[in-house]
Amino acid sequence: MADDPALQPTADFRPEGAEVQAEARQAGLPPRSAKPVESRSIAALKDAAIAAFVALALSGPIVGLVMVPGPSKALIVQQRWVPVAAIVAIVFIGRLLLNLFVWNRARQAATQPRPLAQRLPPIGAFATPLLLVLAVGLPILVIYAVPDQSRYILGVGTLILTYIMLGWGLNIVVGLAGLLDLGYVAFYAIGAYSYALISTEFGWSFWICLPLAGLFAAAFGVMLGFPVLRLRGDYLAIVTLAFGEIIRLVLLNWTQLTKGPAGINQIPRPSFFGLPFAAGPGGFSETFGLAYSPNHRIVFLYYLILAMALITSVVTIRIRNLPIGRAWEALRYDEIASRSLGINTTNVKLAAFAIGAMFAGFAGSFFATRQGFISPESFNFMESATILAIVVLGGAGSQLGVAIAAVVMIGGLEALRNLSLLKSVFGENFDPTQYRLLAFGLVMVAIMVWRPRGLVSRRRPSVLLKDLKRPATDSARQAG
Amino acid sequence: MEYFSQQLINGLTLGSIYGLIAIGYTMVYGIIGMVNFAHGDVFMVGSFIALIALLVLGVSAAMPIAMLVAVLILVILITMTLTSVWGWTVERIAYRPLRGSFRLAPLITAIGMSITLQNFVQLVQGAQVKALPSIASGGYALFGTDRFMVRISNIQIIIIGVTALLTIGLALLISRTAIGRSQRACEQDVRMAALLGVNVDHTISLTFVIGAALAAVGGVMYLLYYGVIDFYIGFGIGIKAFTAAVLGGIGSFPGAVLGGLLLGLIETYWSAYFSVEYKDVAAFSILIVTLIFLPSGLLGRPEVEKV
Repeated sequence: MADDPALQPTADFRPEGAEVQAEARQAGLPPRSAKPVESRSIAALKDAAIAAFVALALSGPIVGLVMVPGPSKALIVQQRWVPVAAIVAIVFIGRLLLNLFVWNRARQAATQPRPLAQRLPPIGAFATPLLLVLAVGLPILVIYAVPDQSRYILGVGTLILTYIMLGWGLNIVVGLAGLLDLGYVAFYAIGAYSYALISTEFGWSFWICLPLAGLFAAAFGVMLGFPVLRLRGDYLAIVTLAFGEIIRLVLLNWTQLTKGPAGINQIPRPSFFGLPFAAGPGGFSETFGLAYSPNHRIVFLYYLILAMALITSVVTIRIRNLPIGRAWEALRYDEIASRSLGINTTNVKLAAFAIGAMFAGFAGSFFATRQGFISPESFNFMESATILAIVVLGGAGSQLGVAIAAVVMIGGLEALRNLSLLKSVFGENFDPTQYRLLAFGLVMVAIMVWRPRGLVSRRRPSVLLKDLKRPATDSARQAG
Repeated sequence: MEYFSQQLINGLTLGSIYGLIAIGYTMVYGIIGMVNFAHGDVFMVGSFIALIALLVLGVSAAMPIAMLVAVLILVILITMTLTSVWGWTVERIAYRPLRGSFRLAPLITAIGMSITLQNFVQLVQGAQVKALPSIASGGYALFGTDRFMVRISNIQIIIIGVTALLTIGLALLISRTAIGRSQRACEQDVRMAALLGVNVDHTISLTFVIGAALAAVGGVMYLLYYGVIDFYIGFGIGIKAFTAAVLGGIGSFPGAVLGGLLLGLIETYWSAYFSVEYKDVAAFSILIVTLIFLPSGLLGRPEVEKV
């Protein structure tokens, strides 16, 4: 992986004339682009016009001509040119402003020694305890501050924590071992279906099924891992993607076992270590002498997933210091070198796959017990992509980054669902839910282009030689 | 025997569509070594543009045959042009800023682009399935008995013919022209090509444009063959086409076409003789098995591990 040319930090593909400009800078000459102001603004205008023309070509047919069912059910084309004009105008003005005011400055500022990211203070030191306190205190805060909204807010919190746990689990595979897994959701599905099937068929409790689900998922991780781990990089990614799809298709079509697209419902809800959350005698509230409230289960589920996520994180952090964790790190930096140093790369990779899959299995059985209903539709590729996006956007390998990315992406998606603010801007007919995934995709691209190494990417290698404080290869080869 | 031959024709038709899309994957992978995940969605955009163009031009089965052919060619050209602008834009926005960055970054933007394109089309054109009234329903009976006649439809002839023409055209473009030469140079060694004066940015853009144009033709053919499209077709077809590219040997242009045809045949025969439900499972299993036992595909160069 480390021999991939895309990994090398050198500017392989500089634009034409970059070398000339670099030489001129060194010689103290003014850069060639420092033209008179008029010609620069004309060039900016021209560039903006080209961009606007491209925007017209892109949006003209597909936005301007919309297909709707006609009177005889056959499709007819309706014209709709206002949005096209808006898109073209936005692109033109935006590009012009960027050309005139932002990119010029940015080019001049590019000679400054340190990028912005390095001048920011390290946020890890205070963000981690802050987030932790917030996560633990959220239910209490919410129930006393906004009692009528508490159910919804805790639901979103539980969802975010589920994704944080999945992100941390995938982080073991992608961030630590450097293996690209696009089919992670398959293990999540296996965990969910294991719990759903065992609990509905045999009536076993959640606390027995949870480790079983993790074991099943880990076994599948090994099963997938064993044949494919000889593959490298993108090939591995595609095979894991295919594996994820196979699992989903089998769940969809094996109707005798999984009930196919109808899904499994009436999955038993979790109990408080044997005490059900019910109003009657023997329930949780009666045993503890509390007034019955449906919030008890919500809060319990919230703390359950918080605890499971934290366990994932602690295990990851601890395991990084074990020999296996060191081996993952070595593998990520240079597979050939670690193999020649006697690391059994197959076993090490298998361990990463199995442990990552195990946490997905745990999260899956939590998902099943929380929803009470699962179907193959919950485990499509979009989920895998979301989890991977959370890991990479957060900064592969960084625990805090993953948590922040999950809060931003999943919380942002949920926030878009009911923003009344947008309604007041775009009118009553504006439905923000339609734009959720579009915005999700665009944000994914934008964050990646803005910070290719993720939001938090300050990780150093866990082990250093004593007299070598800063390894030269660190920033270049991290997370490869 | 008749049944077998009929499936052969159907499989070749399906395989042609896969092959056209697979070329885009294989060319991009050959030059910049990334899986252009959004390629399947560019294909989907192409099929939407084609449907809009067909509806605007008012194509119907009642047209005289010469006119129908002319309109079809016009639609293919329009779709190729407009879709290649999409391909170019995707590269410009999502991949070029990340060139030389670490390996996962362009893959994530590619997935982001794929999600964006899908939801953009869903938003502007609606989530319903779009159907095209059949415009060339005729065909020829080839051979067989009264009980089972092997038939090839006009659409199938068009699809196989257009694919063959485009494949030959692209092969000539790659082997004979200056564009093709710079493309081959970039495929071998990007840095060396840049040193020798090949405009690498330009060549990569052109690769995306060619890939998108071929995917657009694939979109037209898919639309003509199946008659229904929706905003989600890009994902499934895209993965299948990628499977085809891997099967043929990623980076190899004849391999992509060969892999596409093979995958189409395998999928068709699997549906015909085993089970339709598991045809996708079969296709993906082939991908996995190929990668395990024949990692460089049928016609690909073996990957050399450099230290």
